[in-house]
Amino acid sequence: MIKNHTNRAFDNDLRILRDRILLIAGRVEKMVANAIKSLSENDTALAQKTIDYDKSIDSDEVIVDRMSIELLAQRQPVGQDLRFIVSVIKMVTYFERLGDLAIKICHRIIELNRLDRSHDAGDIADMAKSVQAMIRETLEAFLERDYEKALSVIMKDDAVDELHHLITKRLIAEMHAHKELVENYYHLLSIAKWLERMGDHCTNLAEIIIYMIKGQDVRHKRLAPTE
Amino acid sequence: MTQATASTMTTHNLSVRYGKHLAVDQVSLSIHSGQVTAIIGPSGCGKSTFIRCLNRMHDFIAGVEVDGQILLDGVDIYGPSVDPVSIRRRVGMVFQKPNPFPHMSIMQNVLSGFAFTRKRTSKSKEEIAEIALKNAALFDEVKDRLNAPSGALSGGQQQRLCIARALAMEPEVLLLDEPCSALDPISTARIEDLIHTLRTNYAIVIVTHNMQQAARVSQVTAYFLSGKLIEVDETRKLFTNPADQRTEDYITGKFG
Amino acid sequence: MAAFSEQDFLSTANEMKEVESARVIVGITREEKNAQLVERIFRLLCLSAAFLPLLILAFLVGNTVISGLERIDLDFLTGFPSRFASKAGILPALIGTFYLMLLTTIIALPLGVASAIYLEEYAKDTWFKSLIELNVTNLAGVPSIIFGLLGLELFVRALGLGPSLVAGALTLSLLILPVMITATREALKTVPKNLREAGLALGGTKLSVTLRVVLPLAMSQIITGAILSIARAIGESAPIIVIGAATYLAFLPNGLLSEFSALPLQIFQWVERPQADFVENASGAIVVLLAILAIFNLSAAWLRHHKEKSRGSL
Repeated sequence: MIKNHTNRAFDNDLRILRDRILLIAGRVEKMVANAIKSLSENDTALAQKTIDYDKSIDSDEVIVDRMSIELLAQRQPVGQDLRFIVSVIKMVTYFERLGDLAIKICHRIIELNRLDRSHDAGDIADMAKSVQAMIRETLEAFLERDYEKALSVIMKDDAVDELHHLITKRLIAEMHAHKELVENYYHLLSIAKWLERMGDHCTNLAEIIIYMIKGQDVRHKRLAPTE
Repeated sequence: MTQATASTMTTHNLSVRYGKHLAVDQVSLSIHSGQVTAIIGPSGCGKSTFIRCLNRMHDFIAGVEVDGQILLDGVDIYGPSVDPVSIRRRVGMVFQKPNPFPHMSIMQNVLSGFAFTRKRTSKSKEEIAEIALKNAALFDEVKDRLNAPSGALSGGQQQRLCIARALAMEPEVLLLDEPCSALDPISTARIEDLIHTLRTNYAIVIVTHNMQQAARVSQVTAYFLSGKLIEVDETRKLFTNPADQRTEDYITGKFG
Repeated sequence: MAAFSEQDFLSTANEMKEVESARVIVGITREEKNAQLVERIFRLLCLSAAFLPLLILAFLVGNTVISGLERIDLDFLTGFPSRFASKAGILPALIGTFYLMLLTTIIALPLGVASAIYLEEYAKDTWFKSLIELNVTNLAGVPSIIFGLLGLELFVRALGLGPSLVAGALTLSLLILPVMITATREALKTVPKNLREAGLALGGTKLSVTLRVVLPLAMSQIITGAILSIARAIGESAPIIVIGAATYLAFLPNGLLSEFSALPLQIFQWVERPQADFVENASGAIVVLLAILAIFNLSAAWLRHHKEKSRGSL
């Protein structure tokens, strides 16, 4: 938004809304980063802290929804403004889900760390790093209104799905081989599943961001790179 | 299902000059029967000048040059053998400030077009007036006082009277130049509702500076800026994802 | 997203209430007292400016009217001029005034209205139009005796009409034409432009719109202007004196080319005589003339008032 609205109060309201959604996004990114860190460093304390941190996000979602609806009623926005507000309403849901998934992962980590740790979680850490990169890129796409970055996020999801598929296969094989570590591997399987779902949510967010930028609805379509 | 509608009025490279000032610049636009076309744009963008070409109202102003073609059912309305009075019978106009004739009764107002054009009709005067007033959603309110002076009506009623007056001539095109600007919100809503029922039988063009009204009332919207037609598209597309950045700037209020 | 809290608003409101009540106790300041005094003095001055001329007028007219009313009787109104004051009557003058009024109306009204319509509705904004408008404005201020001289040369002598009713009427028409044109133009201007537009958009030609919309709406004001103009015309003595209207007419005017007399002239002639009785006669004639003028002006005022009442929302 290079030009400003003639009505500066409207500009201000939009900025407040944008800041609030960025706040939510930033918190979620932090939570996911913490979850992944506590995974690779076996840090139960960090995981616990992250779970406690989750409380503040829910009220933010309510505030964002309320603000958005008030703006729709007061300003009757059109064009980019309308797409922005509608996108914000949808994105907040997916951010909330990302947060939930991070919490779930933290719970599993705590469980894992109570058990005897002789499992191998290496490739899951890699997957986690990929997902973390996806989230970062999604946020940047939103912040910078970058169509290319949003596209790139959607593309990356295939690799994450593939990783998940491989990890699942390995873990199942490990389960067969080391029956005493079934519980460990069960938790790892769950963590992998949720990481994959995080990747899907990033894709959803990217699709919404593309709609916000271009006005194109790219859901349920396979994107050609030229679009 | 919408049937294919023949284009009723089309302009080809229409330009209008007031002396040195170019008020309308090479505008080509089609208006179709069965739909409402809204024309939006900031003050001075040429939208009122444009609409007044469609019924040759500029004939009465000295120093106005009109170039280009305006076709009504394929015939150029500025052609040499065309009678402007017949054009104005086929292209009706309603103005911003309601202007019923104060020295005439409601009935006389509705039928005043006949006094001006000597149009022939097989129906009786009472029939014509009743049909026109019904089509303008005014009949029930005035049926008991058709001979009362028109000044006794409220602003919204007066505007509907002006619409009835135009409809009595059975036009093909209806030009509305900011018809609700001088009215309160309830009267505005009634007239917007009326426009919705009228559009099946007429080609309606509405000039409005109220974008929400354009969005509510029209199927096609045209955006004018400095005399040029910047963009014309389906209303719902123009207001959610306009193609031109200038249109986007105007509708989101980033203009000026 | 409020910038102020509820608390802020309450405290400000309370502060303002305190300031208000303090003001009431102290009373208004000296500055305000001065301002009120100046206001009162000014109003008084305006009022006296309005009433003073009326008082003077009442005094002047009152004297005349009192002595004039005594003189008026049926013989006076139906009699002919005579060397004997007590036998003199104003019939020829009265009839002459009446005919003059009629003829002037017939000549001036259509001309005035048509000119005004041309200038207001049709004429394009060129130097020619400005020239005409300038002339009209100027002519309205020309002294009436000049019109008399014009009438004398043009109508009485050049056109050979002699000192006749028609020459008198033509001269008076010229006199009131500028005023009538201006008044009619003002009347036409009061018709809003958008009513003309409505007529044109319905397919009317300029002429039909002017005749069916503009004129009917402007008519009462046009007639008011016409009545006032004609009232002025019949009160003018200079032009008809110069033309050579008869000061002593023993017969009633009998045709357009007939010699004529008129009330202002009769008054003038009687006032010139040294005998006191004739002054009485003059007073009588003045009262009659004033009565006629009063009728004209009152009907113009009534017309204006009546039309404004029945206007509705324009």
